[in-house]
Amino acid sequence: MSIAVNEQKEGLTLLTIQDEMTIYNVLEQKNTIYPHLKPDHQLQIDLSAVSEIDSAGMQLLMFLKNEAIRKQNELSFIHHSQAVVDVVEMFNLSSFFNDPVVILAEWNDS
Amino acid sequence: MSDLDLDSAVETFAEEAQELLVDMENSLLALEDSPDDSEMINSLFRAMHTIKGSSGLFGFDVIVSFTHEAETILDQVRNGEKNLDDTLISVLLDCKDHTTSLLEHCIEDSSQPLSDELKAVGDKLVVKLTGKNSSAELQVATTDILLENIGKGTDLNDSWLISLAFKTDAFRMGVDPLSFLRYMKTMGKVQAILLLTSELPDSDEYDPESCYLNYKIAFKTDANKQTIEDIFEFASDDCDINILPPNSKVEEYISLLEDQDEDHVQLLGEMLLNVGVLTQTDINKAIEKQSDTYGGEGEGEKPLGQILVEQQVVQHGLVDKALQKQEKVKKKVATESNFIRVDSAKLGHLINLVGELVISGAAMNLMVERHGLPDVEDVAETMGSLVSDIRDTALDLRMVPIGETFSRFRRVVRDVSKELSKEILLTITGGETELDKTVVEKINDPLTHLIRNSLDHGIETPEQRIACGKDAQGNIQLNAYHESGHIIIQIIDDGAGLDAEKILAKAISNGLIPEDHNLTEQETYNLIFAAGLSTKAQASDLSGRGVGMDVVKRNIEGLRGSVNIGSVPGQGTTITIQLPLTLAIIDGFMVEASKERYIIPLSMVEECVEMNSSEWEVDEVSHYVNLRGVAMPYLRLGDYFSEHGKSKKTERESLVVVGFGQNKAGFVVDKLHGEHQTVIKPLGKVFEKLAGLTGATVLGDGNIALILDVQGLIAKAISK
Repeated sequence: MSIAVNEQKEGLTLLTIQDEMTIYNVLEQKNTIYPHLKPDHQLQIDLSAVSEIDSAGMQLLMFLKNEAIRKQNELSFIHHSQAVVDVVEMFNLSSFFNDPVVILAEWNDS
Repeated sequence: MSDLDLDSAVETFAEEAQELLVDMENSLLALEDSPDDSEMINSLFRAMHTIKGSSGLFGFDVIVSFTHEAETILDQVRNGEKNLDDTLISVLLDCKDHTTSLLEHCIEDSSQPLSDELKAVGDKLVVKLTGKNSSAELQVATTDILLENIGKGTDLNDSWLISLAFKTDAFRMGVDPLSFLRYMKTMGKVQAILLLTSELPDSDEYDPESCYLNYKIAFKTDANKQTIEDIFEFASDDCDINILPPNSKVEEYISLLEDQDEDHVQLLGEMLLNVGVLTQTDINKAIEKQSDTYGGEGEGEKPLGQILVEQQVVQHGLVDKALQKQEKVKKKVATESNFIRVDSAKLGHLINLVGELVISGAAMNLMVERHGLPDVEDVAETMGSLVSDIRDTALDLRMVPIGETFSRFRRVVRDVSKELSKEILLTITGGETELDKTVVEKINDPLTHLIRNSLDHGIETPEQRIACGKDAQGNIQLNAYHESGHIIIQIIDDGAGLDAEKILAKAISNGLIPEDHNLTEQETYNLIFAAGLSTKAQASDLSGRGVGMDVVKRNIEGLRGSVNIGSVPGQGTTITIQLPLTLAIIDGFMVEASKERYIIPLSMVEECVEMNSSEWEVDEVSHYVNLRGVAMPYLRLGDYFSEHGKSKKTERESLVVVGFGQNKAGFVVDKLHGEHQTVIKPLGKVFEKLAGLTGATVLGDGNIALILDVQGLIAKAISK
């Protein structure tokens, strides 16, 4: 089981993704996570164990964020692993996922 | 203004408008030949503009709204944003006609609503004029969004703008957009990224394995366009890539464009490629796009520059600059290439002299051979090749493209089709094909006749056409091309075709053929070239009196050409005229039979084989030879031209295989002399009736050789 599900309390679910998020498993991950996006619930997804993420994985995160807003679910990603942070920064989505506002990347130091 | 004043003002307006419309038509027809004449284009614009303005004064709103569309298009043409091609010209001609009808309508009684018919014509023309172009505008808009969004706060002038639109299968194909970004970071600085998430579908439609990413990158690098494009090379199948050079580079490109040499006119794509704005891939894509969009109803080919800008691979300013440069070079080249007007009599004299030169060259060769002087032989050979160069150049001077003759028929087609109330479109292809000026002059009349025939008999009325399930508009195509030393001119119509039954019936009743005839389809069709045969029940002003086609045939044969007719009932008729390129000098092949020498035009000689070879089966009775499985008739030239009928058979006979069009035959001769530059001298009136000969030539030794009418002889051999 690559995703651990913990019902914390009424209305809050914590999912921990314990695998890489790549094209090879995004389908399975989507199918697992999606049912947890219930209206008026809180969903936290722990990304600390995501060792690798590619564009497909990032796209899935973006999709989930989009869907959460649509379904009025409070979704937050927590404990981003370094791999996730890198990609989020690379795509310039660090402050907020689904908002098409463009934030400039400053990679002078990287 | 009193009513009376108004009436006379309307009258003045009507007159003025009519004049303008006539001018417009003349300009349009002239533009068919010289589409770049800006003066003409201006006059078109003025015509529409003035009519629109004056109509507004009188409240003729239908005219205003219609001419407005035409005016808009003409304005674009004037500014070089739209190409004035043949399609547009014919649409504009129709617009002119429509404006005339609108004018009549308004002057008669402007309070009446337009008839449905007029309205429909107008609407159709407006669609043809404006075409559809909205998708392209949408695409351009996205660049602006990017610039607006990410341009804030940072100076993106130095950045390349790269748009990547991945196809849904990109992930599955192993393409990871991230890897490009990582790689790009090694080459330069990614200044900004705009990820367009709008493509992401909702819940059920979302397939996590499909790619919905679409991003735009501002990239600062020293690399050139080709290098940047190479980054994405392996993904090019799964991703639409557009790379727009940085604005700051535009200056550089412009100065590079400025510095390009001005010796010859380059294509737009070539120019942009040379300065590095575009890559070959960009151009290929644009050209593909161009040919894709071409062919739509009423929609001409889009200029390449427009497509390039739409595809966001190059800035508008750059294309403009390149076009300006191109125009400048064009002008320069045009002023540099000077023409000299020469009296055609002088040219004729020159050709005659060259002819004499060729003959004395041959005489000299003969002498050199006879006296066996090897050192002189070298000199003679050099001179010989120079003489043949001079001959070709001299003949070339008289060559003119046939396009000019062809385009004269536009008017004929327009007038006649109106007179007959048929809708006919004339297409001209191969107008650049060149042939001797003297031939061009002589082919004009026969062509006019044939085209009038096609218009009158060939193309049906719109009602008949629709009843047959064809487009209401008939098509006539004039085509020309070169084939083995000949020019082929075709008149192709998609009309009713010939009625073989009718032709036969008529021919039998006229006594042209016996009732128990045994004609092939082809021969039947060719009967219409016989004198006194017309299948049209009613003679019209144009044709149908049964005179003319025989004259056409005689004229063409007088030019050593041939005319053939092919027809598919219900689908159309194709008339093919075959003419020699020149009437003066040809490359001949000299043979000898019964001590007489004959010239066969070299272009018609297919091969020479030994006649007595045991490999060929020869049927001496019916004069057929089986050459490698192909049976063909043969003719003994000696027998055919000798008074005694039968000449002695010599030891070694050769068979010269000649071909003309589809037909082949063999000539049996005693000796082969080889290639010979032949100056054609026409035979006198006395010999005019001689079958099988078209002329004579003087040989180096002063003797005469007869030039064979291969076509006639083949026909003879077949019928024998």
